[in-house]
Amino acid sequence: MDSLVAGLQQALIWLLAGHPEVFHIVWVTLKIVALATLLASLLGVPLGVCIAGRTFRGQQLVVSVFHALLAMPTVVIGLTLYALLSRRGPLGDLGLLFTPWAIVIGEVCLAFPIVVALTIDAVQGVDPRIRETALSLGASSARAAVTVLTEVRFAVLGAIVAAFGRIIAEVGAAMMLGGNIRGYTRTITTAIALETSKGEFALGLALGIVLLVIAFGVNIALYALQGTKT
Amino acid sequence: MKTINRRLQRWWWVSGWMIAALTLNTGIATAQDRLRLATTTSTENSGLLQHLLPVFEKGFKARVDVIAVGTGRALKLGENGDVDVVLVHAPKAEDAFVEAGFGVHRRLIMANDFVLLGPPDDPAQVRGQPHAVDAMRQIASHKAVFVSRGDDSGTHKKEQWLWQRAGIVPSGQPWYLEVGQGMGATLQIAHDKRAYTLTDRGTSLTYRQRLALQIVHERDPAYDNPYSAIAVNPQRHAHVAHKLAVAFIDWLISAEGQDLIGSYRKHDQVLFYPRAVHSAN
Repeated sequence: MDSLVAGLQQALIWLLAGHPEVFHIVWVTLKIVALATLLASLLGVPLGVCIAGRTFRGQQLVVSVFHALLAMPTVVIGLTLYALLSRRGPLGDLGLLFTPWAIVIGEVCLAFPIVVALTIDAVQGVDPRIRETALSLGASSARAAVTVLTEVRFAVLGAIVAAFGRIIAEVGAAMMLGGNIRGYTRTITTAIALETSKGEFALGLALGIVLLVIAFGVNIALYALQGTKT
Repeated sequence: MKTINRRLQRWWWVSGWMIAALTLNTGIATAQDRLRLATTTSTENSGLLQHLLPVFEKGFKARVDVIAVGTGRALKLGENGDVDVVLVHAPKAEDAFVEAGFGVHRRLIMANDFVLLGPPDDPAQVRGQPHAVDAMRQIASHKAVFVSRGDDSGTHKKEQWLWQRAGIVPSGQPWYLEVGQGMGATLQIAHDKRAYTLTDRGTSLTYRQRLALQIVHERDPAYDNPYSAIAVNPQRHAHVAHKLAVAFIDWLISAEGQDLIGSYRKHDQVLFYPRAVHSAN
């Protein structure tokens, strides 16, 4: 108990006074996670709208596949990409293993199905008459899709936030693909894992607090936004 | 419709710029000369590398990326060409690594020794046993809980070798726990289970204040723990930073490197003894 209290005290002192290592780790994490979230959203939102926006054969199958992918264990993604990116693997020549890029790729793979599946849910929840009305008013099908997307923009934003929350809290893929290199690929979660294994609570707790604040903060901001605009 | 399209366009612009900015920002760090070092958790957790590397990085204007894993995995990373150089402690596995042509320029760098940690009341009566193998036999015959790294690390290999010499097959025994984790985590588990475990002296000193475990057996020739550095063979992996790897190894065995190793102290104790011998490999 004493070590926990002492660790918490030290953590708070570091957070208030500024601890270079803590801030560097947070900065690295935010860069990687922001890039991964952006890429996953730019790919995932249009795909989700496409899948949900029209009916085609096998649609139900595609939708259920993306929902199943939500349960993808991060270590499986880590392991698969590790095998691909290792110098021995088919993509080894790119030299991406143990760089921030490897983590970005892993996190895009994790975030993408979340964005797609939740975008599909959102678009399917829209009154179909909105799209029909847009089409009957002479809109092209792409413009009709934009209209629908505008209608569900907060739900889509929610999908993106959910993906962000998943990957910022993820440790398996970041550890395997990044290698937890100090000052380079050490993220909040891998640093916490390392500090725990060393039995040092202070730095881990400080980072844990930052992680909580970011995760909660983003979600609260989203709900606040929804509250004001809907 | 127009306003919506414009808004969408703006989003694309903003995301595009953000991606470009983030990509550049992450990319700048990669432009420098980087050396990838796979090493053991003992050298990283003991703080030795943080003592050594800044000096090397400054002198050679390079960055060393440390990937701290067990010796077995470190050698595997070298074999696959995922790192440029390894710093490990398992002489037999190193022999095999060099013989198979995976590594070149192997140099003995430093050494410390292993110690057997156990609960202060020493339920297996390990204290005072003449040899390491006798200590291991005591643990087995008392069925005292023993926590093994179980991760193919140098420490794990040494422990397996000790069991083998003692004529004991501990695997599968209820008192034998293979945890598959780094040295620090293994010590924490041994501490929580009030168990015996084998560790290097450096890590045991680093963790001393946090553990209710004591050194119950030490100072046997069988506990010797030499560390070597090996460069990954550039003929197998053309992409490796071979020049920098060789420069790093030569720096470790240079007077400056050896002095730095010998001067590193934790709790007023030397953790690693410089042991470089200048001979051709």
